[in-house]
Amino acid sequence: MPMTTYHRTHEFGGSVKHLLAIAAAAATWSCSPGSKDQATTNDTTKPTAATATSSNDAGGLTGAGATFPQPLYQKWFDEYATKTGVKINYQPIGSGGGIRQFTEGTVDFGASEAPMTDEEMSKLKAPAYHIPTTVGVVAITYNVPGVTEPLKLTGPVVADIFLGKIKKWNDTRITSLNPGATLPASDILVVHRAEGSGTTFIFSSYLAAVSPAWKTSPGAGKELQWPVGLGAQGSQGVTGQIKQTAGSVGYIELAFAKQNKLGTALLQNADGQFVAPTAEGGSAAAEGAVSKLPANTDYRVSILNASGATTYPIASFTWLLVPTKPTDAAKAKRLADFLRWAMTDGQKDASALDYAPLPQSLSTRLMTRIDSIAPGGAR
Amino acid sequence: MTDGVATPITPVSRGESNGEIRIEASAIGDRIYKWATTGFALLIPGLLILVAFEVFRAGWPALSKFGFSFLTSSDWDAVNGKFGAAPAIYGTLVSSAIALIIATPLAVGVAIFLSEFAPSWLRQILAFLVDLLAAIPSVVYGLWALLVLVPAMREHLMPFVKETLHLGDFPLFSGPAYGPSMLAAGCILAIMVLPYISAVTREVLMAVPRSQREAALALGATRWEMIRDAVVPYARSGIIGGIILGLGRALGETMAVAMVIGNRHEISVSLFQPGYTMASLIANELSEATNDIHLSALMGIGAVLFLITIIVNSIARWLVWQTGRTRA
Repeated sequence: MPMTTYHRTHEFGGSVKHLLAIAAAAATWSCSPGSKDQATTNDTTKPTAATATSSNDAGGLTGAGATFPQPLYQKWFDEYATKTGVKINYQPIGSGGGIRQFTEGTVDFGASEAPMTDEEMSKLKAPAYHIPTTVGVVAITYNVPGVTEPLKLTGPVVADIFLGKIKKWNDTRITSLNPGATLPASDILVVHRAEGSGTTFIFSSYLAAVSPAWKTSPGAGKELQWPVGLGAQGSQGVTGQIKQTAGSVGYIELAFAKQNKLGTALLQNADGQFVAPTAEGGSAAAEGAVSKLPANTDYRVSILNASGATTYPIASFTWLLVPTKPTDAAKAKRLADFLRWAMTDGQKDASALDYAPLPQSLSTRLMTRIDSIAPGGAR
Repeated sequence: MTDGVATPITPVSRGESNGEIRIEASAIGDRIYKWATTGFALLIPGLLILVAFEVFRAGWPALSKFGFSFLTSSDWDAVNGKFGAAPAIYGTLVSSAIALIIATPLAVGVAIFLSEFAPSWLRQILAFLVDLLAAIPSVVYGLWALLVLVPAMREHLMPFVKETLHLGDFPLFSGPAYGPSMLAAGCILAIMVLPYISAVTREVLMAVPRSQREAALALGATRWEMIRDAVVPYARSGIIGGIILGLGRALGETMAVAMVIGNRHEISVSLFQPGYTMASLIANELSEATNDIHLSALMGIGAVLFLITIIVNSIARWLVWQTGRTRA
């Protein structure tokens, strides 16, 4: 009862971004019997009319969430619709919104760059699987005049740069890693994402893993209290800011770094090797981490700073959140069919868009999990 | 507003006695008209109250948890759930102030030129172009600022002020030259509010009676003296009204500001340093605010922005009223 009014009242607010975000928040924020009823009448109150319901939504699926894998998902959904006629309506409203909508049951699946916390899982009305779909790689990019070879950096050095402890490019901790490079005595200008983002979550989780000081403060999250630097809007904003500003450093998804031909740092991995950010480095991280997983894992795992000589340390799964037992039989089949396709044919699209495909061993394991998705959820 | 709608309608049918049927019909029509317009008029304040209520209710958990420190603290730490709006409040007020300081003289100058000096063909073209500034979407302004204004500031203006003028240690201009800054936000806001101020001022100046100008000229005033002493004072409350309209726009502007202000939760006296505004903070963080207190804090910011807008507008209203009174 309380939240239903949100839609109406806020829609007079202003910018489209506001609208979308508020509408998303409104739809999912707290229990609203209004919206819940809608969702459940569609799915459960008429179990015998399952076919009728499915023709209702024209044989499609709805999803919402992460923006980080959105280019890949968009390609997948287009391709899949052409191939099978199943239309998937995906709204890239952010992981937070995706989790909220999925929890409320207003979408058939959610998508998130960060695994759901135990607390978030406890709010779910029905059990759900985390299905990794691809591996995202975050590159450290910089614009330092006079530096021609890729800079070599270690995790603790990156953390101290972003903590503001290393202030100049010619700090001995950087020069000692790069004996051949001529580094200027200029200030390091840190650029980070202004809005909450999955990229920030992956990057800050990595820094928390390699630097105790970072772990204490600011910690890991989608939106941090940054000790230094300025916030630019979106990956494009960070990219532009770094391109324009001599002496700047930031972190962006691999695809943006490659498309904009920015300098990317070689990062020291857990095996002591300096590795460039590549899709292969991301897949290697997944390979290394997955081999150690128990059979009953829920895949809410971090592959940051994973072992392996060719592993790039800042890599992370991005997940689809799917109900283990969808209430609607037709939807359950559609969802499982799509996921099977995504694990096989879909993976071929990943590297073209600079996402790292899942290692074969993992997609094979995930297939059995997907096969266990069956209708018959709570009525 | 309700009075204006209601009064002309009531006297029509009440006391009349001839042609009963026709009057009945028109009375019904009148009544429908009256109630419909009254309804429309009440709808707006009704919506406003509803929005205010919802924003405060949603922001209440954060406002009550942090209390007064929500307004005074500079902490904005989503990881540890600590929220303070001071930098955003400061940034909103300062960026709007910069915008008005830059835009007001320009806009009033443009309006005086258009109403007093420009030949009518030029007036129409220029007025159209200035008004067109208001039609450009704010993202486009932001994009332009990001690609043109900010680099120009970083490469020319900031080095000029810091090195050529040796003002680098002066608090207003201290710190590293990132480019995105409070000053950049103020400048882009100035361009955005200029057409509002200028359009209102132009209309007000053109509404100044001819006799007012003729009287001044007849007393031997030059053209400049006529404008300064007879035209502008007459239009003063209208001009202030235009500035308030611009201020309202500046306080609430979101997209363009978020793109150039640097989005940093920190109060810095230096205009060259990044800052934050309330509207851009909400826009940036709402989509990824996962926990309840973070969401509530953002709504709390909305509530504070709402309050500040009301306060600023009330002060401005009072100013208009004061200037109107002193003139009379």
